[in-house]
Amino acid sequence: MTTLSAGSAAGGGLDPSESTRVMLAGTDRRRRVTDRMMTGLVYVAFGLALVPLISVSWTVIANGIERLTPYFLTVSMRGVFGGMDSGGIYHAIIGTLLITGLAAIISVPIGLLTAIYIAEYGRGRLARAVTFFVDVMTGIPSIVAGLFAYALFAVVFGPGVRFGVVGAVALSVLMIPVVVRSCEEMLRLVPNELREAAYALGVPKYLTIIKVVLRTAIAGLGTGIMLAVARVIGETAPLLITVGVIDSINFNVFQGRMMTLPVYVYRQYSQGLVPCNDPAAICIPTINYDRAWAAALTLILIVMLLNLAGRLITRLFAPKALR
Amino acid sequence: MTTSTSLKPPAPVPPVDPAPRRRSMEGAAGKAFRWAATGAGALILVVLAAVALFLILRAWPAMTTRASVLSDEISWFPDGKNLLQFVGPLVFGTLLSATIALVISMPVSIGISLFISHYAPRRLANSLGYVIDLLAAIPSVVYGLWGGLWLVPLLSPVWTWLSDTLGFIPLFSGPASDPPRVILTVGIVLAVMILPIITAVCREVFLQVPKLHEEAALALGATRWEMVRMSVLPFGRPGIISAAMLGLGRALGETMAVLMILSPGALYSFALLKVGQHQTIAANIALQFPEADPLGVSTLIATGLALFVITLAVNMAARAIVARRKDFSGAN
Repeated sequence: MTTLSAGSAAGGGLDPSESTRVMLAGTDRRRRVTDRMMTGLVYVAFGLALVPLISVSWTVIANGIERLTPYFLTVSMRGVFGGMDSGGIYHAIIGTLLITGLAAIISVPIGLLTAIYIAEYGRGRLARAVTFFVDVMTGIPSIVAGLFAYALFAVVFGPGVRFGVVGAVALSVLMIPVVVRSCEEMLRLVPNELREAAYALGVPKYLTIIKVVLRTAIAGLGTGIMLAVARVIGETAPLLITVGVIDSINFNVFQGRMMTLPVYVYRQYSQGLVPCNDPAAICIPTINYDRAWAAALTLILIVMLLNLAGRLITRLFAPKALR
Repeated sequence: MTTSTSLKPPAPVPPVDPAPRRRSMEGAAGKAFRWAATGAGALILVVLAAVALFLILRAWPAMTTRASVLSDEISWFPDGKNLLQFVGPLVFGTLLSATIALVISMPVSIGISLFISHYAPRRLANSLGYVIDLLAAIPSVVYGLWGGLWLVPLLSPVWTWLSDTLGFIPLFSGPASDPPRVILTVGIVLAVMILPIITAVCREVFLQVPKLHEEAALALGATRWEMVRMSVLPFGRPGIISAAMLGLGRALGETMAVLMILSPGALYSFALLKVGQHQTIAANIALQFPEADPLGVSTLIATGLALFVITLAVNMAARAIVARRKDFSGAN
């Protein structure tokens, strides 16, 4: 269509004929309308995407804010039953922090070293394979990661194995590729002049990487790790099948089940409404949903805080050359 | 986003080449460091292989047990079916829910990426991209909660209306279930969840379109939409396809949203508005695993293996497309 109109426009410039003018005017309006319509659709698409974002944040805040009290954050669910107006998420916060922390301890060294390998040493077939499979690994379903961790530990500890470390291993499988990707990106941002300067001074390559490259990229690496933690801290399915659920506090990641925040949300949700038959007792029918919303709000706050912290680190500590 | 690097042209290779003298200076520490880095890289491959290996190892008992024994020992295993017949409907449900999610989110994502790359004011574009990334940061369990408690009651009248007006199409045949814990509701929530990844990839691709192509189209008198249709979309087609497959891969593996919203069943059914028809592999594992005995766990791991193979194939295809595109993008 355009070739046609462009050709006739050029022709029209030389020999302005009525038919050309009519044709241009005629098509123009239809094309303009199409253009307007598509512009409108594109704007609508963007608006559509904002609907879930706003509605999720609004419903979680509106439903969760009331129960999110200091009391809720500092007690566990031990001895809580029925529609009792008590119970909290202390045990779930402990579990989430311990398991996610352990996952980070496993994933960060492996992920960072792999990123260094890809960005600084990697050449040839192995490097290409690693790059490709890191990408593929980001697509592993979280529940499969959970099954893997379970299968791995079941070989040693027998079936029915459930404790914190198993969950941490499952989370690591999900976290390592994220760490690799973001750290690699940051290492590539370090200007080559810095490396060359170090080489010129006779610094060996590994010291150049440790003292120059890593130090220059440190803010970005911190951000990448923060974002990776934020990504896995909300994972539910793998923890549901590897760590299980419990109502009391458990500080030991090597023994016994633990509660984590996402699993807590799911657990409260799946318990559903409480039947309140005794009018004398204090009983809130929706107590489980209320707790789920409040825990979800806590979880979102933690994730957003991690995201924000990650971005702040870059903003505050990035070397001037990288801004 | 994590995916962005894979689309950028390869960064300039750092000039290593330490002359022979430098290599000798590197010494034992340097060698150790190099090996540590290489080892970590190789570990990634080992982990991926280990995932497959251990899943097969644990799934083996279920795969070698006779069907009659399976249905005798496992309470939820359907009578008179073998393992393949058990997995079949689950695979169907998984593919169906992911397909619905993809059909809903694809046009929206392309619209958003176009908005960010070609329509929004430059200064706004970055923060808009960040806003979309926020959707990815929300944990899946929160989407499940939102879908189950907020969206389901809201959709009830909509689905009833849909089955009343479009009920003659088998997909929407009524009566619509109430509450609508149906696969179409799940599809909507999954669509929201995969939106950020598709958008991120599409945006990267659209931003890569050579400026000259766009300007050439505009110079020929194209309107903005014609420019998009003639230069941006054709150039971005491989990227769009791989974005769709990445989204598909993610939707296939989503567990919590399905688990918390869908009323499960095990049929080959296209009735999108009825409960008790479908179930996905991932949600079935999460539902049955905590209470399963060893043989039941083994059966579930066998279904997990199927999911792993499907998502791996989808993801590898997507990445292969992206990787192949790299060679072309340097051409301009």
